Amino acid sequence: MSDLRDLYHEVIIDHSKSPRNFREIDPADCKAQGYNPLCGDELTVFMRLDGDVVEDISFIGSGCAISKASASMMTAHLKGKSKEYAEAAFQEFHKMITGQGEDAFDKALLGKLAVFSGVCEFPVRVKCASLPWHTMHTALEEKGEKVTTE
Amino acid sequence: MSASRISTLHLPPYSNSLISNLELPDDHSLRGSHDVLVRDDWEGLRLAFDVRSIRENFPILQRKVYGKPLVYLDNAATTQKPQQVIDAITRYYTEQNANVHRGVHHLSEKATHEYECVRCKVRQYINAAEDREVIFVRGATEGINLIAHCFGGQVVGSGDEVLISAMEHHSNIVPWQLLCQQRGASLKVIPIDDDGEILLDEYEKLLTTRTKLVSVTHVSNALGTVNPIGKMVEMAHRHGIPVVIDGAQGAPHMQIDVQAVDCEFYVFSAHKIYGPTGIGIVYGKEALLESMPPYQSGGDMISAVTFEKTIFNRLPYKFEAGTPNIAGTVGLGAAIDYVSNIGVEQIAAYEQSLLNYATDAVAAIDRLRIIGTASEKASVLSFVLEGAHPHDIGTILDQEGVAIRAGHHCAQPVMQRFGIPATARASFAFYNTREEVDTMVRAINKVGEVFA
Repeated sequence: MSDLRDLYHEVIIDHSKSPRNFREIDPADCKAQGYNPLCGDELTVFMRLDGDVVEDISFIGSGCAISKASASMMTAHLKGKSKEYAEAAFQEFHKMITGQGEDAFDKALLGKLAVFSGVCEFPVRVKCASLPWHTMHTALEEKGEKVTTE
Repeated sequence: MSASRISTLHLPPYSNSLISNLELPDDHSLRGSHDVLVRDDWEGLRLAFDVRSIRENFPILQRKVYGKPLVYLDNAATTQKPQQVIDAITRYYTEQNANVHRGVHHLSEKATHEYECVRCKVRQYINAAEDREVIFVRGATEGINLIAHCFGGQVVGSGDEVLISAMEHHSNIVPWQLLCQQRGASLKVIPIDDDGEILLDEYEKLLTTRTKLVSVTHVSNALGTVNPIGKMVEMAHRHGIPVVIDGAQGAPHMQIDVQAVDCEFYVFSAHKIYGPTGIGIVYGKEALLESMPPYQSGGDMISAVTFEKTIFNRLPYKFEAGTPNIAGTVGLGAAIDYVSNIGVEQIAAYEQSLLNYATDAVAAIDRLRIIGTASEKASVLSFVLEGAHPHDIGTILDQEGVAIRAGHHCAQPVMQRFGIPATARASFAFYNTREEVDTMVRAINKVGEVFA
């Protein structure tokens, strides 16, 4: 049996209860909405860019503890980083939560985000953790359309 | 929820191994030989309803999840199957498999006979007047689509209105939405109150000369509300408006009498009433079914075909194109036998008592709010917990072996009505026990610990 604490790590609980960067950025250089029709999780990711650098990043919305904490920690992780770094982190994060093995992803790049590694033991929750990242990715691509996990 | 609720048990006039003890406690007054008035006391029900024996018929209930006994409380999504249903399907494929309505050989005759016997069982179960008023389809969703396409297409025109309720799930919204778009008609919605009950005054106001059809659920899958369908049909009929009842959540939990309710159509799915997936029924009044065009075309639904024209088969075959789900139908027949042997009224009384117990138990949990508090409810307990999203509740309960549903239950407008993104939903069947409810309550308390 997977331990619940593998999923609900203390850091995750903390971020879900007091999400960081939980606000709108107005005006934002890019934003996107993410939606998981399965459980109703819904969030909007806002970004302000300075050239290639993510000067500010935030989110609003409602969702489960995993999606909220994931969004919160993502914004904390990406603030001040480059767009390329954000895209690379997304790829590595995705590899980690889909359980592609310990050596499949760049641990150094993910840093504190490693608390989400337990998500891969809970396949139905992978979408919760990845929704904010998919949404951030769409915002960067400036598609401006609604992302869904389906 | 009142503990002194009075339920009437109509015991079947035949002996039944599942009803282990018909000697009721002294305080139960007898009214006639088969008509027993029982207070909602657990001891009386326990004696009349041997849930332990019943559980032995459901092999899946013996299994464990994460090393813990499975507590299956997702019965509104689908029910588990008794050995009798599993055996009937196996027996069909082992001994009887053949196509129906076409072979002259022994097996085909047997298969046809069995297939048609199930139609008769369904007719009896819902008290339809004629076997040919029962059409086999894939499930309630296909049933509503058939009605929307074949009947709705005839009666709904430009500027007309179709009336549904605010507690419908998507399969009783989307087919009507599509029909209205195609026809230039509008979809109107009967509002519900904060308890999740239909506002009958508002319903009356919405019944106008433009209303061509009403389609409402018998029981809400998200809230558990039992709608007053008899009254709603009567009100619609005063305006000459036909009524469709979505019985997906009604048929498994209570006695259905389509003639007494007088609805034009009634649909349900076998898999929610202990039968297999992929089979369900549409009941329709004969005259209406006769007047409707076929749904799909092909073999079996014809009586003569030339390249110039086709003469359609008579009811019910006009609506059953192609080789049907024969094994599924056989399984449905076994499920109806199983449920009927226990007795639908016994099931309803037991489930009501269990729901009352569960309602009281979860209502005592700190920061928990029940969504759906109608005075008449069946087998559904939806709730939200402050500080914990339903999806997290679902995962934590799952780790304790407790299977519930978390989400919008394919009823997003219901969630919007209550201003919540989702609920956690426990839904009960007659094989569930008070001990399982206690396990669920302990698991819900664990949610509080995780988020403490």
